[in-house]
Amino acid sequence: MAKVYLNPDVCIGCGLCSVYCTVEHSGTKDIIKTFNSQPERPQSRVRIEREGINAFSIQCRHCQEPWCVYSCLTGAMSKSAANNTVEYAANKCVGCWSCVMVCPNGVLARDVSTHQIAKCDLCPGRDVPACVANCPNEALTLMTDDGKIINGFSEDMVVENIVID
Amino acid sequence: MKTYLPSRFMVERDKDRCIRCQVCVNQCSFDAHYYDCDDDTIRAREDNCVGCHRCVSFCPTNALNVRQNPLEYKSNFNWTSQAIEDITKQAETGGVLLTGMGNDKDYRIYWDHLVLNASQVTNPSIDPLREPMELATYLGRKPNEVEVDSDGKLKTKLAPQVRIEIPVMFSAMSYGAVSLNVHKSLARAATQMGTMWNTGEGGLHPDLYQYGQNTTVQTASGRFGVHAGYLSAGRIVEIKIGQGAKPGIGGHLPGEKVSAEVSRTRMIPEGTDALSPAPHHDIYSIEDLAQLVYAMKEATNYTKPISVKIAAVHNAAAIASGMVRAGADIVVLDGLRGSTGAAPKVIRDNVGIPIELALAAVDTRLRQEGIRNQASIVVAGGIRNSGDVAKAIALGADAVYIATSALIALGCHVCQQCHTGKCAWGLCTTDLALTKRINPDIGARRLSNLLRSWSHELKDILGAMGLNALESLRGNRLHLRGIGLTDKELEILGVKMAGS
Repeated sequence: MAKVYLNPDVCIGCGLCSVYCTVEHSGTKDIIKTFNSQPERPQSRVRIEREGINAFSIQCRHCQEPWCVYSCLTGAMSKSAANNTVEYAANKCVGCWSCVMVCPNGVLARDVSTHQIAKCDLCPGRDVPACVANCPNEALTLMTDDGKIINGFSEDMVVENIVID
Repeated sequence: MKTYLPSRFMVERDKDRCIRCQVCVNQCSFDAHYYDCDDDTIRAREDNCVGCHRCVSFCPTNALNVRQNPLEYKSNFNWTSQAIEDITKQAETGGVLLTGMGNDKDYRIYWDHLVLNASQVTNPSIDPLREPMELATYLGRKPNEVEVDSDGKLKTKLAPQVRIEIPVMFSAMSYGAVSLNVHKSLARAATQMGTMWNTGEGGLHPDLYQYGQNTTVQTASGRFGVHAGYLSAGRIVEIKIGQGAKPGIGGHLPGEKVSAEVSRTRMIPEGTDALSPAPHHDIYSIEDLAQLVYAMKEATNYTKPISVKIAAVHNAAAIASGMVRAGADIVVLDGLRGSTGAAPKVIRDNVGIPIELALAAVDTRLRQEGIRNQASIVVAGGIRNSGDVAKAIALGADAVYIATSALIALGCHVCQQCHTGKCAWGLCTTDLALTKRINPDIGARRLSNLLRSWSHELKDILGAMGLNALESLRGNRLHLRGIGLTDKELEILGVKMAGS
């Protein structure tokens, strides 16, 4: 099952994961428009905690025992049979927030603008979720379905000749 | 006391681009940015800005720029803004001005007055992409002559030699001055690229013993972290007498930086100041130096070259001759522009001589005395690119040390705030919230990339000269010509004027 992991030893608490999460889930996907031109911007699906020297960001763990699924009144939260992730169907959600109450990781957020749940969906349509792709210290990594670990910059190539213009 | 000092930098924020994400706020370790929740806006405390550009690099919308404060004093060649502000600072504090990094004054950079040769018509240049090029260097004492038996086997017993694949090593930066993650990055990159990194005077963290084959362990006047296991862990033992940024000055690691880990590694109580005396109190002469050199050789059973590092000072050539005669297998010269984690500004800016002149003088003297083969020469202090490396080799160096270049590869923007311990790039600090900013995985990659690019460029330089081995360039000053130098400078450098 694909999942985002964090190396807390090198998480610097910058919050860029959260910024790019919001951008990715906005309509425009343009960072300045998302924050400065739209009346309401999407809630980030990433939760960031900072205390003293410690900092970490966390998003849906796609639990084996998904309390959000068990507590959901309408079946909006479900465990996908295909890839074992926890999925959210906004059209079934009535906004009772039961899942928010029971989430042991505190990573389900109310998006008050839409009365829906803001929850990590691993960025459908992207190879690497936005938070991982934009983590400047490579603290966030994605473990793919086949167990490969990738970070946002692993495509970096060592080039033999750098062209300077 | 009210300060009369103006802000040194101005923070410019493009309001249209700023998305108030506060990354600048949480990345600035000098509190130069803050979020004003009343107005939902980010503002700057410009007095605090040191110009390190951490915020500029991390701003996701390129909304930030940092400029030198354009405030101008009445123009005056004698009373420059720096002269005025240094006096103002001293009037307000009564203290010695401390600073970090290397000398930033406009002393002549001789590398920029030396040019390299290339082959044209009368001798062929070599294409390094198609033909093998040799950069490997052996550091250590070479015999006066070698005997070979009838099978072609070497009969002479060689002194210990250390092979490095590129003539660029990472210079000494102690654990405490820089963070463990910096040490990890250096150690991994050195191991990966087949060169050496240097512990500095602060011991070797237990996690790093695995990189011992690529480690130079240093012992200096404070003897911090030195024990039998430490000496035998390294491949080279270096005795540090002086440092280019602060010749004749000891070290001072403030107690706040002596964390539990640093205390264990340095073998001093937690929270106590680590004071390195200005001299080694057991070295007052060349004969005393010989005793320590041979103590180190005995301690390591004559298996490792012993290196001795001095700051390049006026009598460097005579001192280096004494060092070789005292048994040093490697002579390290650290020049005027060598860097530091903290030094009195007046020393950093005024003491020592340029490394190019010291190197030429030492190489010349050791040749004249017929002892050049008895020690390798390594130079440090302001090496910025592979061109500088090639010129140093041609002037007579066996290898060079880089430290500032290595830190820049890791993110350093040379803001010279190392002495504050608040490095926003997480380099020159032991604050655990900041040291996390160096991810050793990324650090090792960046440093290896730097060495890889320099080694490609060195091969290009050699190939253009028609040489296929660095050994053919070493001490070959005919491959250099001087530009814009006086006769005396050319004489000391042992280099002809361009055109002659």
